[in-house]
Amino acid sequence: MTNHYIDMKNSDVILIMGGNTAENHPIAFKWIMRAKDKGAKIIHVDPRFTRTSAQADFYAPLRSGTDIAFLGGMIKYIIDNNKWFDEYVKNYTNAPFIVDESYSFNDGLFSGYDAATRKYDRSGWKIKLDASGRPERDLTLQNPRCVFQMLKAHYSRYDLEKVSSITGTPIEDLKTVYEMYSSTGTKDRAGTECYALGWTQHTVGSQNIRTMAIIQLLLGNMGIAGGGINALRGEPNVQGSTDMAILSHILPGYLKIPVASLPTLDDYLKKNTPTTKEPQSENWYKNTPKYMVSLLKSWYGDKATKENDFAYSWVPKLDDGQDATIMSAFDKMYEGKIKGFMCVGQNPSISLPNAQKIRDAFAKLDWMVHINIFDNETPSFWMQPGVDPKKTKTEVFLLPAAASMEKEGSMSNSGRWVQWKYLGEKPPGDALSMGEILVRLMGKLKDLYKKEKGAFPDPIVNLQWNCTDAKGAYDPLTAAKSVNGRFLEDVTVGDKTFKKGECVPGFGFLQPDGKTSCGIWIYSGSFTADGKNLMARREKTDPTGLGIFPEWGWAWPVNRRIIYNRASVDENGNPYNPDRAVLKWVDGKWVGDVPDGPWPPLADKEKGRLPFIMKPDGVASLFGPGMVEGPFPEHYEPLEGPLSKNLMSGQLINPAIRIYTKDCDKIARNDPKFPFVCTSYSCTEHWCTGSETRWQSWLTEAMPQSYIEMSKELAELRGIKNGDKVKVESPRGKIDCVAMVTTRFRPFKIGGQTIHQVGVTYNYGWLFPKDCGDTGNLLTPTVGDANTQTPEYKAFMVNVTKV
Amino acid sequence: MASGKSIMVDTSRCTACRGCQIACKQWNVLPGTKTKQTGTYQNPPDVSAETWKIVRFSEGVKEDGKPYWYFFSEQCRHCLEPPCVDAIKGYVDDGAVKDEKTGAVLFKPKSKEAPFEEVRTACPYNIPRQDAKTKSLAKCTMCLDRITNNMLPACVQTCPTNALVFGDRDAIVDMVKKRVEELKKTYPKAKALNPDEVRVIYIVTDDPKKYHEFAVA
Repeated sequence: MTNHYIDMKNSDVILIMGGNTAENHPIAFKWIMRAKDKGAKIIHVDPRFTRTSAQADFYAPLRSGTDIAFLGGMIKYIIDNNKWFDEYVKNYTNAPFIVDESYSFNDGLFSGYDAATRKYDRSGWKIKLDASGRPERDLTLQNPRCVFQMLKAHYSRYDLEKVSSITGTPIEDLKTVYEMYSSTGTKDRAGTECYALGWTQHTVGSQNIRTMAIIQLLLGNMGIAGGGINALRGEPNVQGSTDMAILSHILPGYLKIPVASLPTLDDYLKKNTPTTKEPQSENWYKNTPKYMVSLLKSWYGDKATKENDFAYSWVPKLDDGQDATIMSAFDKMYEGKIKGFMCVGQNPSISLPNAQKIRDAFAKLDWMVHINIFDNETPSFWMQPGVDPKKTKTEVFLLPAAASMEKEGSMSNSGRWVQWKYLGEKPPGDALSMGEILVRLMGKLKDLYKKEKGAFPDPIVNLQWNCTDAKGAYDPLTAAKSVNGRFLEDVTVGDKTFKKGECVPGFGFLQPDGKTSCGIWIYSGSFTADGKNLMARREKTDPTGLGIFPEWGWAWPVNRRIIYNRASVDENGNPYNPDRAVLKWVDGKWVGDVPDGPWPPLADKEKGRLPFIMKPDGVASLFGPGMVEGPFPEHYEPLEGPLSKNLMSGQLINPAIRIYTKDCDKIARNDPKFPFVCTSYSCTEHWCTGSETRWQSWLTEAMPQSYIEMSKELAELRGIKNGDKVKVESPRGKIDCVAMVTTRFRPFKIGGQTIHQVGVTYNYGWLFPKDCGDTGNLLTPTVGDANTQTPEYKAFMVNVTKV
Repeated sequence: MASGKSIMVDTSRCTACRGCQIACKQWNVLPGTKTKQTGTYQNPPDVSAETWKIVRFSEGVKEDGKPYWYFFSEQCRHCLEPPCVDAIKGYVDDGAVKDEKTGAVLFKPKSKEAPFEEVRTACPYNIPRQDAKTKSLAKCTMCLDRITNNMLPACVQTCPTNALVFGDRDAIVDMVKKRVEELKKTYPKAKALNPDEVRVIYIVTDDPKKYHEFAVA
């Protein structure tokens, strides 16, 4: 989240789209209700009328996978009706920048496309630079090649009729949502957006969110109280695990992953440290060398020296272009190319798309280690229905883990607030915390490598393991201090001197020369220099009255609660909305939230800084050349859809997605055998795959069995009654479940024809309870977002018949 | 006597998360029963000796053609003049009681000596249920053990959106009046259900029959 949960109470309009806040984030809804109490309007846009819709002031339906068409129409509406925040757009975005002639767009394809590799050469998507290396610009926004005019031209095709024919949303509903939301394009009003997996889990997932980012920038809603784009994350501490790089494309703190073509630290830093000629841009990532070297020092300590490139060569590297994300890893496992699998706190038998492919892939393994608080369908895959356990060779080890209440440590919520928690109860029996399991495992590995050597022992035997107490047991406080960072010798920064061994009180003090260590640069400052744990703070004071509570826990970065907050003030440092001032420049200093940097306001031409400090140009990107499928989001149909032609262009699906081609990766597109659009989701009562909640009798009592929601019209068409047992089938699999016939799903009118949509859950599996059904992921396809490889769980095609 | 206690159930704030339903089971150590999916989110289908609180779901289409989905967090209303207590007392002296201090209406073990059907039909809200084994009658206790120890009822404690609010009856009655007036600006049909007769006062924004057959007496 750019903002945080409590901040939602400061909104005037809350758009919930790509999420189901009331059901999947019930506590977050508390703050939405606080906003509603003060007169805010809640809008919910979703294929299905949910418990969130029931609380919304306005609900609009849309067909799964058409969010960019819906939002592109909103961009057109904002521009056509002069709803944008002119000063903000001109000063704080790249709207005035001139786009290079090498960029073009034609009938759904951007310049530079290579159909054979399904990839774009993005070098032509760039901003024109003047002789001094600064972006050329037209502050009147009239130049036809400026970003604003290019944006206007791009979305001129997204008129109400076309958007309605793609999304199935009635034109009147589109107009109502556009009008309600664009009312926040004034200084005194704030609009926020809450999304979750309903946006990310599409082949265009990242671009769904970027389209909203463009809207928020046009309306001046970034950096302000009650604004922002807020990813509501579904799992306790999933934000923390992302920050700590539990993904294959990043190192901790979102540093770029090293690749084989960058063999030296110098190569890596040159490639990943951006530069700028813009005098008022801070270009924060110029500090990358400090963060990377401090990370290497935290891993390899004294063994990381300037002479050995701070041990950079010991860090594993991806091959250039290598996809190490989960679906591709399982594709390799299915081929038999992966021999062992260590699975922690997951249930891929239920949670990954094309779940039978996953279960079949497990049978190709030699071994699987599973670490969890309960058994689930993954370690027990060899007992799945229809499979003879005697014919499965995979050896499975199930290690009992401590549950969250059985261990001490930090929890990072979606709003980046990091809160320390304490052990409530010791873990039962042989169960251990994950930290302790890893400490013991790594200890054994080190011993083995010391004893038996091996091909490349250096990265293992030299690894520091600064997370244990004197007796060698895992100690969360020591681990957290390593994450925060330490001075490795006496260091003077500006007018401050720190002693060797002290905690680094903020990433501004990290050094590029090996004098500091830091496990995750963005967590630097979670301890004071003398070791006070700021994550454990519980002060309830709120000086701004905005719900910032600066001394409750700690938030990354540097306890800033609303990021990009310098965009909430004008160039003289006066808040655009004085009634909800996040920041204000008073007598030569900032008052309010922790500002995005200490520099004076923009009007100070020497020391003032532009607000979007993470971008080399200092401004936000309406034109965003970093995305793999185009600098402006464009509507494409899901991999599987009801149409044979994209009503927007000649490109049916996202041109840059990876297509999987195993025998089991069958696809149905505009296929009469699979005529219905289907989406998948979780309910309030179960958590994700249900592997924890299905063992809880009060929860299985409340939601006992898998179900499919469908409209009365579709039920009539198929002769299905409410409560009937039905078969749901895709080209990849089938499930039996109970029909829930409801007025909350309605048929869509798409391109003149009636299209039905249904929805299934993924909360159930065959292990327990015995009659609860199986996961909707037996139906979903192996395909992901072009940028992130997040699977497209939210739009695919099925057939439904009465059993 | 003080005015006792009351709960406001503001259905306009309810998200049907069912935290109240689960919290009730947890505090009162009630078992999860075996249920089936029958084509609705509502489960268990009804209150029972093992389930004193359920969220009822009812759906349809409004006049403007948009769907509605109403949630009704059902429990004993703790009537000011409880007809169930009168019905039981007609057969056994020590079978039911109205707590003097709080106004909570409680069934006692000897309630098994009263004819169950008569007690059930005496209740205008169809709340009393009979334990199949002990034959005693069962329902919500307003968490008497909690509220007499400065704690909120379990359901109120867990509600994330303040749809459930507990307090002194005078204050709650006042709160209900204000809330209904506020809601009427948007929902002309908004009203409190039997506010002068019950301690658990429901606020609805549409015809109460659309929420539940026995929503209103």
